[in-house]
Amino acid sequence: MPVPAVTPTTESIEGCAQIELRDVSHAFAVEGGTLPVLDELSLRVKKNELTSVVGPSGCGKSTLTRLISGLIKPDSGEIFLAGDKVVSPRPTVGMAFQNPVMLEWRNVLMNVILPLEIVAPDMPRNKREERALELLSMVSLEGFEDKRPSELSGGMRQRVSLCRALVHDPDVLILDEPFGALDAFTREELWGVMYNLRRIRPFTCLLITHDLRESVFLSDHIVVLSQRPAKVQYTTNVDLGEDRQVRDLYAPKVTGLLTELRQHIEIAQDKNR
Amino acid sequence: MKSYRTILAPMAAIIVFLILWELLVWANGWPNYKMASPSDLWPAFWEFRGLFFEYGWDTLWRTVAGLFLAVLTGVFLGMVMGLSRMARDALYPLLVGFNAIPKATIVPVLALILVGMDDLNTVLIAFLISFFPIAVSVSIGLSTLEPEYRDILRALGASPTTIFIKIALPKTLPEFFGALKIAVTLAFIGTNLMEIVEPHGKGLGHLFDSGKINADYPLMFAVLIALACLGILLYYIVVALEWVFAGWAERE
Repeated sequence: MPVPAVTPTTESIEGCAQIELRDVSHAFAVEGGTLPVLDELSLRVKKNELTSVVGPSGCGKSTLTRLISGLIKPDSGEIFLAGDKVVSPRPTVGMAFQNPVMLEWRNVLMNVILPLEIVAPDMPRNKREERALELLSMVSLEGFEDKRPSELSGGMRQRVSLCRALVHDPDVLILDEPFGALDAFTREELWGVMYNLRRIRPFTCLLITHDLRESVFLSDHIVVLSQRPAKVQYTTNVDLGEDRQVRDLYAPKVTGLLTELRQHIEIAQDKNR
Repeated sequence: MKSYRTILAPMAAIIVFLILWELLVWANGWPNYKMASPSDLWPAFWEFRGLFFEYGWDTLWRTVAGLFLAVLTGVFLGMVMGLSRMARDALYPLLVGFNAIPKATIVPVLALILVGMDDLNTVLIAFLISFFPIAVSVSIGLSTLEPEYRDILRALGASPTTIFIKIALPKTLPEFFGALKIAVTLAFIGTNLMEIVEPHGKGLGHLFDSGKINADYPLMFAVLIALACLGILLYYIVVALEWVFAGWAERE
């Protein structure tokens, strides 16, 4: 009997899901009962892949990020990060939010270093700074390390926020509408920054967004969630090849995919009307 | 240009104020026993200069001691109320009610309970009158912390203590110093209140009271000016501390 070219063990490592949700349901207690937010949601993100989660407003996307990072516990179902069940927050996660909160009393460099103070308190100071500076240069912020956050523009703050989320080399990065509050051109610029960052230094990422172009440009896979309580309504792969450019988003080949996604969002919005 | 704005401009304002005052008294032909004029103040000060420094010191140290107590208590109450919704709901009305009581009414009560302990009851009044703004602003500073601030560290498994030290505490410093500027003035009022209402032979309040008894208006006004100078000194010490510890919050 011929031996299979790829053994099951190798496959399970190669294709191992860094983020996995199994039948996750969650509800919030509200006055006079409960408000179901997630309904038996399952999804997987493989190592070094980026999956975008899109869906109608208020469908529970942000709840999803808080569940994965262990900030809240699901009512039922299980969440795994790198094969380990999530029961509490863990240092192997990096997070960035729409609001790139900065510690205004620290300079940019010390803001980026913050997670290392928690997860690697014994790391020598110069090693920490080296890492932070390397990341800052990857997002084209070299020379800004001594600036105060108040001296930065919104786009720059979001770049710093990305560096901070990555400085401790997390297994997974969870981004909750990180570019949502930026103007259109700055947003596109940051898509490029993010894309290049992943090419130089791959990481596993779950991106919550409501911008379909953003999801197409950055993702390997896109998941459309239904109206609350959210379920996976539709998933698709993005096959745009390796060398993506923001201007490609205005080319005809992308339009088909965007139209398709738009339709599924509309279906999701209509479902509960 | 900057030194002109920060030093010369306020000096000019003070000089203009003194000239207007002098003119007002001169134009109305008010005698000394009705309203003193600025030119009467220096002789009055010089005559009692020893007492001014001795009593000024009494007032100063008792104010600072009261303020110190107010900071400890205010920060503690502010932390409790800022971090626990329940504590805030429970304590707020009580504190507001307490703050609304004119402190002059507490002076005789304290003076009776702590009869003879002049320093202690003066310090206590300074404390009682000044801890409220500190408690309120620290609690507001802590309770209005955006959840993202907490989540950045909490998502990494940081303990509540670490989050408090690294984020909540420094983030609240500008509010704290804002309140401290109000509190320092209040504490000063509290000290003088006790010194004037329950004279016990100490402090600038006592000197004011002796001026009143002897109908020595220049002395009374000289005390007022001395109080103003001490008040300015204390206020700017707080401003300097603010600049050192929370200077980052200032926008250029």
